[in-house]
Amino acid sequence: MSKSLSEIIVGEKVTVEKITHPYLTTKLIEMGMHTGLKLELLYKAPFGDPIAISMNGSILTLRLDEAKFIQVCSSPL
Amino acid sequence: MKIALFGNPNTGKSSIFNLLTGLRQQVGNFPGVTIEKKSGVFNTTKNKHQLTDFPGTYSIYPHSKDEEIVYNALTNSEHDDFPELAIVIVDASNLERNLLLFTQLYDFKIPLILVLNMWDVAERRGIKIDVANLQGHFPTTPIIKMNARIGLGKDRLIAAIDELDYKAKKDSFLASSFPCLIDDKEAQNEEVLLRYEKIREILQDVQHEKSSIKNTLSRKLDRVLIHRFWGYFIFVGILMVIFQFIFSFAAIPMAWIDDSFVLLSSWVDHQLPPGLLNDLFSKGIIPGIAGVLMFIPQIALLFFFIALLEESGYLSRVVFIMDRLMRPFGLNGKSVVPLISSIACAIPGILATRTIADWKERIITIIIAPLMSCSARIPVYTLLIALVIPKTYLFGFISIQGLVLLALYFLGIISALLLAIVLKKFIVLKNKGFLIMEMPEYKKPRWRNIFITVIEKVKVFVWDAGKVILAISIILWVLATYGPSGNMENKIALAKKTEYYIHTNEVQKQTIVSSAKLEGSYIGIMGKFIEPLITPLGYDWKIGVSLIVSFAAREVFVGSLYTIYAVHDDSEAHQNLLSHLKMAKKADGSPVYSLATGVSLMVFYVFAMQCMATLAVVKKETKSWRWPLLQLVIMGAMAYLGALISYQLLA
Repeated sequence: MSKSLSEIIVGEKVTVEKITHPYLTTKLIEMGMHTGLKLELLYKAPFGDPIAISMNGSILTLRLDEAKFIQVCSSPL
Repeated sequence: MKIALFGNPNTGKSSIFNLLTGLRQQVGNFPGVTIEKKSGVFNTTKNKHQLTDFPGTYSIYPHSKDEEIVYNALTNSEHDDFPELAIVIVDASNLERNLLLFTQLYDFKIPLILVLNMWDVAERRGIKIDVANLQGHFPTTPIIKMNARIGLGKDRLIAAIDELDYKAKKDSFLASSFPCLIDDKEAQNEEVLLRYEKIREILQDVQHEKSSIKNTLSRKLDRVLIHRFWGYFIFVGILMVIFQFIFSFAAIPMAWIDDSFVLLSSWVDHQLPPGLLNDLFSKGIIPGIAGVLMFIPQIALLFFFIALLEESGYLSRVVFIMDRLMRPFGLNGKSVVPLISSIACAIPGILATRTIADWKERIITIIIAPLMSCSARIPVYTLLIALVIPKTYLFGFISIQGLVLLALYFLGIISALLLAIVLKKFIVLKNKGFLIMEMPEYKKPRWRNIFITVIEKVKVFVWDAGKVILAISIILWVLATYGPSGNMENKIALAKKTEYYIHTNEVQKQTIVSSAKLEGSYIGIMGKFIEPLITPLGYDWKIGVSLIVSFAAREVFVGSLYTIYAVHDDSEAHQNLLSHLKMAKKADGSPVYSLATGVSLMVFYVFAMQCMATLAVVKKETKSWRWPLLQLVIMGAMAYLGALISYQLLA
């Protein structure tokens, strides 16, 4: 099921489908994000925003306003 | 030779920079942009080199005006910062992402050295890297393993710089045309994706992950430090420790510095023959320098703590938990540290805004920073509180004077946040930045790095603030020493005729003469000139004079009251001055320093932009007079209106 990264819950593992924001795309793919990459939501800040995800072994933080442009689908177990 | 350091953020780039240059470094700016440019010199066996540290980026393509420097310096061989050799620092524990920038630099065909830093972290995580295999893909680039945090690999790096074949013919990593145009995002995306594909292909043979050992300690710490209750609780606790240090403990060395300069002043006063030169040094230059140097203990301690928190990785957690709270004000999680620093002094606070990528959020942070009550205001606050607030206690133990002091701090903080909301509506700037950042793992701080950071920051403060404060001190000294011809002599002659002068002692006679001189000087005239403007605030020309001289530094207010009321400088507690001020009467016989005037003055000092050094730093950081002038006008209006309202309500 496809949804945005801003909608997932702590501990959920997902796979990147696509990034839908032109400027954000460049930044994120430079940081190593690409279609098919597995992400895990590690924590949310108090008040639920920003969020921290695990990506390629490092931790990335982004605001929900940024995360909503990342389309993901639940990883198959 | 001109050597440049490139690398992603958090790869230990600055550790390597410090390792090579030590204290032989200087901080400046890249032309046209506002990020700091660190450069330094170091020697290899064969040569002397100039090393420039470029900002940490993931790619050569910029996302903000500031990051353009990397692209511009590399694409133009005429550029001042175009390197003859580039050292690329990569995090060995995260090769895939780090190699992107490396392969881009590779395709510029400039001589390169690849440093696999943080080798220890990679090993700890169970990552094995086949360096020989990697070398096979980049035959002309020496690859060096390093662990810069403990200084491992420095000799190998230095040897490689000397032994490199600078003329070697270079192949391309990616066959397509390179680099893309700076605005062509689509082509850039395509290029980056292609590079990653190829990098992943190479890494299949180069990198083997034995097991994915997660850093469990980091995760456990995070669970507490970003907790919705404990996270804030611990942050506030850390802040209290820091403030305890910068306000209580720093007071001891500050008093030493102050005392030694007072001694130096009086020594110079006795050594030089009486006259202008003597006055210039003992009353202008030396107190001016003292006013700058006095703040070094506080600033050094503040930077020590910030560097410690930064090095350990904690600061990015603060950004993480504070971001949501700051956003309604048009601020950023990264605004927290600059604003807190400003409680010691706005100058380091404004310098600390460099980490904020979003230009609008950075500008707002810079503009509101001086509203945080800095330590130069403390002497003014304490004197005024002692003057007009009764020494009584609420419920027998809560000091009213203490409450007023606290209220002044809150007035500054709350109005700063309110101003931020207003600015958020009115400032229109494109160039949107993101908060996207990497949260580094917790690490043991390296004392050497912290030490170098503190030294560098203090140097910047002393230099940037120092030259302005010194210049203003000299100008004010001139204005206070000279007056229209005959004016000062008249005032002195008048003063000498008074009964009080004739019957008083020598010391008091001298202070009366200096007071009369000040009244007749240009500053005295300026004070009288602005009197009609400040009468509605409850001030007379004497307070006017003290407001004007506060433009050198706010705490000068206290010293100028001593001169103007002809009080001989006495004790820490200002007993003499206080009793004089309490006796000061207006023409109608009512006291000058009523509660209304006192409160109005306090409010004025909370808001007014009286620090020329801060304005100069804002100009330097924003590359334009527009922002410091806006700041001066807004804060001036707030000060005037705030003081007017408080006086009129209380009078």
